[in-house]
Amino acid sequence: MTGESRQETLAMLRRQARVIRQQVMTTLLAAGSGHVGGSLSVVDILTALYFHIMRVDPKNPKWPDRDRFVLSKGHASAALCPTLAERGFFPKELLDTFNRLDSPFSMHPDMLKIPGADTSTGSLGHGLPIALGMALAARLQKKRYRTYVLLGDGEMNEGSNWEAAMAAAHFKADNLYAIVDRNRLQVDGFTRDIMSVEPLADKWRAFGWAVREIDGHDMGAIIDAIAAFPFEAGKPSVIIANTIKGKGLPFAENQVGFHYHDVDGEMVKESLAVLESSE
Amino acid sequence: MAVSTIGTPFDPSTCQREPTRLAFGRAVVDLGERDPKVVFLTADGALPTGTAEFFKRFPERAFNVGIAEQNLIGIAAGMATCGLKPIVGGYAPFLAFRAFEQVRNDIAYTKQSVTIGGVYSGISLATGGSTHHTTEDIASFRAVANVTVISPADAREAYKATIASVGHPGCVFLRLGGRTPEPVLYTEDYDFQIGKAIQIRDGKDATIIATGPTVVYAAIASDLLREEGLSVRVLNMHTVKPLDEEAIERAARETGRILTVEEHNVLGGLGGAVAETVTSRHPVPVKRVGIQDIFASIGPLQGLQEKYGLTHEGIATAVKELVST
Repeated sequence: MTGESRQETLAMLRRQARVIRQQVMTTLLAAGSGHVGGSLSVVDILTALYFHIMRVDPKNPKWPDRDRFVLSKGHASAALCPTLAERGFFPKELLDTFNRLDSPFSMHPDMLKIPGADTSTGSLGHGLPIALGMALAARLQKKRYRTYVLLGDGEMNEGSNWEAAMAAAHFKADNLYAIVDRNRLQVDGFTRDIMSVEPLADKWRAFGWAVREIDGHDMGAIIDAIAAFPFEAGKPSVIIANTIKGKGLPFAENQVGFHYHDVDGEMVKESLAVLESSE
Repeated sequence: MAVSTIGTPFDPSTCQREPTRLAFGRAVVDLGERDPKVVFLTADGALPTGTAEFFKRFPERAFNVGIAEQNLIGIAAGMATCGLKPIVGGYAPFLAFRAFEQVRNDIAYTKQSVTIGGVYSGISLATGGSTHHTTEDIASFRAVANVTVISPADAREAYKATIASVGHPGCVFLRLGGRTPEPVLYTEDYDFQIGKAIQIRDGKDATIIATGPTVVYAAIASDLLREEGLSVRVLNMHTVKPLDEEAIERAARETGRILTVEEHNVLGGLGGAVAETVTSRHPVPVKRVGIQDIFASIGPLQGLQEKYGLTHEGIATAVKELVST
């Protein structure tokens, strides 16, 4: 990429991320409430994946050779669904049904109902094992698709992640790429107070993974790190993305109460104005 | 319902025996031979599931994830979404309970086709104690949509059920036995279909509906009772879900009394399932033999079977009580 085209790409991705943040808020307004904080913290990562990195075909969502994405922190459905809509998997007007009776879209994604969703998640600690299965299936079937899995940092409390971390290294799954949304908050408070996960990078390294830490809102750092997967041949790779829960909305940033929050018209009006002025 | 009259009278002392868990292992190898999409996964359970041969023959399609059942089921689910046909084998209690949520969310909810063979089910690991008994799995899985629950009566049925499970929509949970080789009831050519009960004895005074390793004892009990002048039908209800409700309704109508027998808690298992069907379709008295909502004791398998009325003597006694009421 030339310097100029890189700048254009980054500008496009930042613009897209802003549009998705706006869509997250209007989707949550339609729903009345939702996972504001943990959805906004992953928007830049989702944007980089779906608009720059992943090989997907919105017209053929089940394309067997597509890259896979597992939203292990399923409660960020309010970010994933707008991302998929923006990417063209379905009309974004459908998001107005979010959480309504019989809607395909709700708090946690359902792969049988949402075009482009590769898994059904919601209970934490399930995504990494599933993603490992996808990565091993790729290797066995000699397919080149890559499997990305986005984990929460609070989710690191769940033991099943570490079962899968151990197994991924054992099976040398260097086509498995994890990203931890390190927003430092969980339902009841700061992760350091509820259940310390540090030293997180050392834990992953000790389990046999290649690790990089980045600013999870720096679009250049995100695409550079993801483009560098695998960080080491023969090892699974993980990015620890330091993020801000509620990123983009000053009233929600780093607030314990914004894990799940009511969303009204006033809040969305303010959000859209803030996001508009951040251009 | 199919009819297959197994050896009459059935004599367990002279019959061929094979553990159902090893028949599962044979089927897994044969499936691997037939279909390159078949993969086998275990959590440190290749030896007890009789699948070491699969690891030898198809090493690239065999995965031992160590002692980590949640990860095991998650990996299998992920593979299924990518077009593979995963068969999982391991210890029944840990697959059913430790990994229950993974089975529910990652396989059943998402409608993936995955076979799970749980060995040492029921009280078959008799001296293992309740941590190693599996007496709540039928009730648990029966309450989950898109899960099929099969409890084979013998090695032939375990083999055929394993073959039939691959490609069957949703999760198929196979309840397999332990170290003691179970009597082989069936001849090679008998017809096994998921969800179709097999009548192995006809009768008009009562029906014993049994599943898994209790089926052979039910047949022997029927033979003993016949000598005493009682005519007792026996149904092998190998598939507890989906249940063969027609066969149960017919038994209720034609014999008027039903006894259920299972190596499982009587709450929510075969007994519960049959009672639900009988009360809604043709109410008749139902008596349930099994583990009476306790954690089973420990001891030699036969001692436990006798203690909980799961042998032919216990079953015959229960039938006599039932018909005298």
